[in-house]
Amino acid sequence: MTEPLYTVRDLTRIYRRGPASVTALDAVSLEVARGDRLGIVGESGSGKSTLIRLMAGLDRPTSGTVRFAGREIQRLPERDLAFLRSEVQMVFQDPRGSLDPRMRVGEIITEPLRSALIDEGRYRRDPAARERRLREVLNAVDLPADSAGRYPHEFSGGQRQRIAIARALAPEPSVLIADEPVSALDVSVRAQVLNLLNDLVRDIGLTLVFVTHDLSVVRHLCTRVAVLRNGKLLEEGPTPQVFSQPASDYTAQLLAAVPKVRLG
Amino acid sequence: MKRFTLVVGLVLVCSVVLTALVSLVWTPFDPIRVVAADALLKPGWPHLLGTDAFGIDIVSRLMIGAQTTLQVGIIAVSIAAVVGVPLGVLAGQGSGWVSEVVMRASDVVYAFPALLLAILFAAAFGGSTWTAMAAIGIATIPAFARVARAGTLHVMASDYVLAARSCGTSRMGIAVRHVMPNIAPLIGVQASVAFATAILAEAGLSFLGLGTRPPTPTWGRMLRDAQNLLFGDPLQSLWPGLAIALAVLGFNLLGDGLRDYLDPQLREVS
Repeated sequence: MTEPLYTVRDLTRIYRRGPASVTALDAVSLEVARGDRLGIVGESGSGKSTLIRLMAGLDRPTSGTVRFAGREIQRLPERDLAFLRSEVQMVFQDPRGSLDPRMRVGEIITEPLRSALIDEGRYRRDPAARERRLREVLNAVDLPADSAGRYPHEFSGGQRQRIAIARALAPEPSVLIADEPVSALDVSVRAQVLNLLNDLVRDIGLTLVFVTHDLSVVRHLCTRVAVLRNGKLLEEGPTPQVFSQPASDYTAQLLAAVPKVRLG
Repeated sequence: MKRFTLVVGLVLVCSVVLTALVSLVWTPFDPIRVVAADALLKPGWPHLLGTDAFGIDIVSRLMIGAQTTLQVGIIAVSIAAVVGVPLGVLAGQGSGWVSEVVMRASDVVYAFPALLLAILFAAAFGGSTWTAMAAIGIATIPAFARVARAGTLHVMASDYVLAARSCGTSRMGIAVRHVMPNIAPLIGVQASVAFATAILAEAGLSFLGLGTRPPTPTWGRMLRDAQNLLFGDPLQSLWPGLAIALAVLGFNLLGDGLRDYLDPQLREVS
């Protein structure tokens, strides 16, 4: 049996501020296989965002391990994280915050390509290749080609999230981690952005880690579900199983609270 | 109201700059040559603001004084910004102890007034425009380091920096591409306010004879020369005093106006 892409073991993250401490993540273990689409579900403060930040190597755990592609990442210095940075990209919750207001869209999207860590700096040395890739991803997220010269504030919320998605796709990652990518958007454009993500994930064959508090989105998008509460993992399993036979009372309550709306 | 502040500041600053530029090529009279026969003339024609104790046209001296004022301001603020901003960004980006070391060092410098530094430099190298600029510049470094650090902390907490880190942008890349452009407005405001302080400090140093050497006219030394005549001919002190006050006011208003203009939260409230 081959090793899963991600192996998270007993991951704990305690935030300390003075004498007070908050256990944001409490001994969480889970695995993500290549091609999985994992939905991480939980209410605000359940540790969802902490978990994916640790998986993306943006924060260090208090204890526990994160293995990605066979290597433990939690103690590696930034310069040794090239294998992770090339493969894993993120989309954040609010594109108003995740796009630098003083950069043009073209610069924003090609930012990963200018990193020495991505693809061993291949794009860094080749502006023409960056330009080509920029046009490809703009096209992939259905943004007009002239978007590159404009600033983020000239775009609507949904378009800005498309820009963020384009940036994540630019370095051709194999894993996309999305942190509630539609919860800051108008309800009217959520479906569009979700469908775009769904299509891209299927077409490119991405492994998806999708954080949300919206169970109906999980059913639509994800093959597996993990339920977090107060930093603890309550259950984890294939979506149909979790939805039909929830193992915890909390999950059952969450499911009961979902408005019954048929999607597409 | 805020527009008013900005406009008045701009007008005052532009008049000082324009005066200095004109004085490079033209002044009504020779600003240095002593004409004993014309000493202490009252305002009138052709000496609009009269002449000083050496018979030199006051308008001409004020115009040349604007040059020194701007020169000292520009160089001092540049020294402070070029050293202070990178230090502040470093402190804002760095780990706890880097930040501590930089900020405590900046506190130490902050504890020395520009005047003390200027006296020190004047004692070591002899007073000149350069020692005045260096003293004011060095004394102003902490102000820039603080503003830059505060701005950097704010930017570093943003999602776009998190996004930059997650796509492999180096610390240097984040500093240059994200932090610098986003704190630039703050630095601009700080520069304008620091300019006002520098003008005041330069006037004080020349007044004490620690700055630019004679015969080059400066507003501070015109004030010093006029103080002997404070009761006999108070207008002599009024003109350079007014020039200093208006220039300082101009840069302060410009700084305030810019801050309000650039602060989107304040803009939305009005």
